[in-house]
Amino acid sequence: MKVLVCISKTPDTTAKIAFTEGNTKFDENGVQWIINPYDEWYSLVRAIELKEKDPTVTIHLVTVSGADAEPIIRKALALGGDEAIRVNNTSNDSMVVAQEIAAVAKEGAYDLILTGKETIDYNSASIGSMLSALLDQNYIAPATKLEIDGTKALVTREIDGGEETAETNLPVIVSCQKGMAEQRIPNMRGIMAARTKPLKVVEASIQTATTSIQQFDLPPAKSGVKLIDPTQMDELVRLLKEEAKVI
Amino acid sequence: MVLIYIDQADQEIKKASLEAISYGAALAKQLGTHAEALVLGTVKEDLSSLGKYGASKVHQVANDSLNHFDARVNSIVAAEAIKTIGADVVVFAHNTNGKAVAPAVAVKLNAGIVTGASALPKTDNGFVVTKTVFSGKAFASLKIETAIKVITINQNSFGIQLTEGTASVESLAISVPASTIKITAVNKVEGEIPLTEASLVVSGGRGLKGPENWGILLDLAKSLGASTACSRPVSDADWRPHHEHVGQTGIQIAPNLYIAIGISGAIQHLAGVNRSKTIVVINKDPEAPFFKAADYGVVGDAFEVVPALTAAIIKSKAGA
Repeated sequence: MKVLVCISKTPDTTAKIAFTEGNTKFDENGVQWIINPYDEWYSLVRAIELKEKDPTVTIHLVTVSGADAEPIIRKALALGGDEAIRVNNTSNDSMVVAQEIAAVAKEGAYDLILTGKETIDYNSASIGSMLSALLDQNYIAPATKLEIDGTKALVTREIDGGEETAETNLPVIVSCQKGMAEQRIPNMRGIMAARTKPLKVVEASIQTATTSIQQFDLPPAKSGVKLIDPTQMDELVRLLKEEAKVI
Repeated sequence: MVLIYIDQADQEIKKASLEAISYGAALAKQLGTHAEALVLGTVKEDLSSLGKYGASKVHQVANDSLNHFDARVNSIVAAEAIKTIGADVVVFAHNTNGKAVAPAVAVKLNAGIVTGASALPKTDNGFVVTKTVFSGKAFASLKIETAIKVITINQNSFGIQLTEGTASVESLAISVPASTIKITAVNKVEGEIPLTEASLVVSGGRGLKGPENWGILLDLAKSLGASTACSRPVSDADWRPHHEHVGQTGIQIAPNLYIAIGISGAIQHLAGVNRSKTIVVINKDPEAPFFKAADYGVVGDAFEVVPALTAAIIKSKAGA
């Protein structure tokens, strides 16, 4: 079985969010880059677990990014990917990214494509759904469990107020979230092996973006917390009713 | 024309879609056009009642097989329907099913899409949609460059706005491809409002010291009619079920009121709740970072403050 895991480079969850060039660009100064947590903890680690059960599984990684994504790709290889493909396109338009990944996916004829639920920078949650349209494959999102049984996938996904489990034939595209797997740390053997694993660079083929970022803004600062004495809960209720008007 | 995709589960229209209609109707007014809705499958509600939220017409693909959600099938049928009806802007709720369908529909319509919109687009110079990015820590304004535009709107960011009117209902004949996904099990927590739809949420953290102490929190939630949530350490320790975990890696919510009890307010937790309209923090540590993100704070022992707050709410409701 061939698995394609989509990897995105994102700022660390604790990174300071600031903007430059008249608030049109994310300020990368001093930012530590990580593999998008949903891509790493859930999709990649689940793919590795599937490979541990069935050694015939091969795991390819794909990222659509500039050369500065190579350290995080090497980390993903160290965790357990077999090969990586970097499409050299720095667009942050989801439609462009999805089309680049779809081209890689068509070429590789994968049985299973895994994405994270969303990236923690642009929070678009779009790539898996777009791939399903571009490849005309089933899409199940957001998944908390995934089992493979021969040519079938059993996927549990979150629905409002619960979960449902679905069965479908491969190929399928699954977006992964919490529950799927537990975070791992690469070991020394993995890190050494990752240095010589293939990392292929493919030139960008899609240029036409459907959206463009005009401006970033930080949310207005909270006017400051209003402290209420612990013995004055009637006052808190009054404020929630009359000032905040939420109850 | 602005078209709103209506999400349904168990033949009931999702609340998030009613909000999407209100948003779509306001956008239509801004653009000098009208709003219509698209329903896939058969639902229990009288569809003409969607006029109350601002839709002038409802198009329905009344095929029962669409009552079971399948992202691929729904996106194929929705795209065909939208091509038949003709729409300039298509609005979805940014809920579980909306996220799974809208980007695929955008591909099929050659449309640009912005997901997670937090406000109405600016349309005086192009079509610019503001959305939350960096897990609520910032906003980005994106210009959609294509003729057809697709938007998914963050839940609880616009609100349901009632108006006068009934919608006309028109049946749409679109062929529905067979689903190749078989649902084998559904596991729903009965009787609870899904956290993402709750307007009032009471949430507990490690400060409550153990699952046996959750009674005071449940009493408070009951007095308000609120849903309950928890922080990651609490769900990791199995004090509370995983579906209650809100935060960066759990569920992201945007209720009108979020009451955090014994939660310090780590940046990962804030990423899941910072879109709440009003935040109340109850913590005995005055240095807890959560106070910086709060509207109202109570520095005190949760075991005394929470029952007192519950009593105050019950008293207030009895008086009203």
